[in-house]
Amino acid sequence: MEEKVKIQVNNFSFYYAGADKPALKNINLPVYENRVTALIGPSGCGKTTLLRSFNRMHDLYHGNRYEGEILLDGQNILSDDIDLIDLRSRVGMVFQKPTPFPMSIFDNVAYGLRLRGIKDKSELEGRVEKALKQAALWDEVKDRLKDSASGLSGGQQQRLVIARALAVEPEVLLFDEPTSALDPISTSKIEELVVSLKDTVTIIIVTHNMQQAARVSDYTAFMYLGELIEFDKTDIIFTSPKKKLTEDYVSGRFG
Amino acid sequence: MKKLSKLPLADLIFGIISFSAAFTILTLILSTIVVLYNESSLAIHRFGLLNFIFTVDWDPVREVFGAAASLYGTLITTILALMIAIPVSIGIAIFLTEISPHILRTPIGIAIEMLAAIPSIIYGMWGLFTLAPIMAEYVEPALQKMFGNIPVINKLFEGTPMGVDLLTASIILSIMITPFIASISRDAFNLTPDIVKESAYALGATKWEVIKDIVIPYSKLGVYGGIVLALGRALGETMAVAFVLGNKHQITPSLLDAAATITVTLANEFTEADSDIYLSSLFYLALILFLMSFTILAIAKFFLLKAEKHYRR
Amino acid sequence: MDIKTKRKLKGSIALILSTFAAFMGLFWLVFIIFDVLRHGITALNLELFLEDPAPPGIPEGGLRNAFVGQLLITSVATLIGVPLGVLGGTFIAEYARGTRFAQLISILSDIMVSVPSIVVGTFIYAIMVKPFGHFSGWAGAAALAFIMIPVVLRTTEDMLKLVPWTLREAAFALGASYFRVIKDVVYRAAATGILTGIILAIARVAGETAPLLFTSFNNSYFTLNMNEPIASLTVTIFNYAMGPYEDWHEKAWAAAFIITVVILLVTIITRSIIHWRYKT
Repeated sequence: MEEKVKIQVNNFSFYYAGADKPALKNINLPVYENRVTALIGPSGCGKTTLLRSFNRMHDLYHGNRYEGEILLDGQNILSDDIDLIDLRSRVGMVFQKPTPFPMSIFDNVAYGLRLRGIKDKSELEGRVEKALKQAALWDEVKDRLKDSASGLSGGQQQRLVIARALAVEPEVLLFDEPTSALDPISTSKIEELVVSLKDTVTIIIVTHNMQQAARVSDYTAFMYLGELIEFDKTDIIFTSPKKKLTEDYVSGRFG
Repeated sequence: MKKLSKLPLADLIFGIISFSAAFTILTLILSTIVVLYNESSLAIHRFGLLNFIFTVDWDPVREVFGAAASLYGTLITTILALMIAIPVSIGIAIFLTEISPHILRTPIGIAIEMLAAIPSIIYGMWGLFTLAPIMAEYVEPALQKMFGNIPVINKLFEGTPMGVDLLTASIILSIMITPFIASISRDAFNLTPDIVKESAYALGATKWEVIKDIVIPYSKLGVYGGIVLALGRALGETMAVAFVLGNKHQITPSLLDAAATITVTLANEFTEADSDIYLSSLFYLALILFLMSFTILAIAKFFLLKAEKHYRR
Repeated sequence: MDIKTKRKLKGSIALILSTFAAFMGLFWLVFIIFDVLRHGITALNLELFLEDPAPPGIPEGGLRNAFVGQLLITSVATLIGVPLGVLGGTFIAEYARGTRFAQLISILSDIMVSVPSIVVGTFIYAIMVKPFGHFSGWAGAAALAFIMIPVVLRTTEDMLKLVPWTLREAAFALGASYFRVIKDVVYRAAATGILTGIILAIARVAGETAPLLFTSFNNSYFTLNMNEPIASLTVTIFNYAMGPYEDWHEKAWAAAFIITVVILLVTIITRSIIHWRYKT
């Protein structure tokens, strides 16, 4: 079975504003389509920094610098003539804490669609319902779509945020420690969701929880101090890693 | 080092003293209401409440007094001032939180606070000697020319442009209250968590869309608080307005006419009042103003407290 | 125009308008200060401080009585207002912390900070002028103190609450009474903040006119007697600016200049101190 490369990272380095030393050094990494790739490593290893490069979140803050290339379907998304709005339509993101917008459940999910000019009521309703079903939240909220999103529990809010990201039908979905603020039951619901979504989206997930990485991902990248130490199929990383550093980390000797 | 604790006597004494000091706040408020009511009782008994509020006459000779003209001026100047100040202040707050480069933020913030620190009499003087002539010579004739032919709206700009009128007073008032709305709104905007904004950017929103759809709705309680606070302050402003309003007791549709506010009436006439009923009517005005602003400021505080609780979550 | 271009255009326009608003705000500030400077500096001279006013219409004399009067009234107001404010703020931030009473006083103080100052003038008139039949410096000082108390109370409360509770616990653990803890530890920690709060409150009341209009009223002669009506800089500005004489207008600008410069300097310096002390 041929696995297609969705994103290819080539010689990628990243400098935060005003820093001489790079936060990410020469990363080379493939991300396979319709698979879950996990980024793991101790605090400060750069995994979130790398994740936020895939949708150019760093551009929001003045002075950050990219070097090298990140190819999405062969096209370098770091070049200056990339339209960020288009990029973020194709690459969505879910954050560490649930971030519902101050509006109703329906309006939250419809937000990305409305931004893109979709006004037709039935189209909006259809796509909102589809996204909420994909996020396994539909049954719980279908009778209260007009209620404020802040009334939902933490786990529900995070699924709402996922639905919101899914509504614009992205090709890639980035998860930045999505369950770190949630209780164990919500956590396992989200993990199930992540696995179920990979048929439609390519997923990259940052997690500080190794067991979570082992549970949900197909491929794992282990990072340390801004470098990519090892990348391979998840079972290999966790059962027979090739580098000693990797082995030390996954067996809990540090981090 | 003494290990023995002092007798609780020190706490008893200090506690009582500091309690009394805190209690003065209550004393001040209650005595103000009681005293003002007392002084107004003559006017209250002669004119009643609704009658006083709706009577336009203010005639010391005939001894007929009504608050309508002063209330009208107070309301118009305040509303107009808010209409000008709110968009400008929100614009300033947006600039400070989302647009301005970081190094400029503190100096511009200090500049806004300086605007708030300037005593109102300085605003008043500046209004009289600088703004009013400019209004009379350039702005008001231009407004008259622009709107002169539009029916209904041209009523707003009737009369000889003297510069001493509702329009000038409202403009000065709006400059005075801008710093309040701007700094409270700026503080409220800054409380929107970064990751909520980033979530919107991640969906492809532009900076303005993030401000409009996320930051402003998120902060609306704080912004309301700032606006209502500015309203409360505008109601009670005296010196900024006293120079440029003229103190004419009339209800006029034209913004280019002189008028009166409660504060200006008090400032100009309090020491001239030669009869008991005259003075009592002035106290009546003061009482009404006090109760009005107290209520509005309480509403503002309510919003600001709710905003604080909301963000603590 | 496709939807994306429309969105970007709308956004750019909105952001440009916001920037314009900010610069307009700055523009007014610069304009007003510049105007006050321009008018005031030309009228500044030594006589302003050394001589008392000449009879109306004669372009001579100074404002010595007004300067002195302003200092007198403000000082007395400070002597009344600051202790009451600091002690009151201490009570609600320390002994009564967390109680409904403390909340009530805090909220009411906040409201009183913004209440119309002219109404304060009418209140003091009723209790201190009318019964005695004459205006007085004491009445003026009382009116200013009325305004000062809630201002100082609130800033004291805020500054005391910034002191970490653990500091107090450490002192209690050594066996001190709450009074000693406040006096020796908490006040010392919050000193800068409380002092700057006091200075800002003084700057605030020093610029007030309305509360003095019918309490200390005015006096064209020099006097140190607080039982009499007393001249103040602010009321003098009011009377002179509204008056018919060119010479009066000039003096009003000079007085306005001095008040503005002093208050702005005080504001900038104290805010910078707070910024430096509490942001690092």
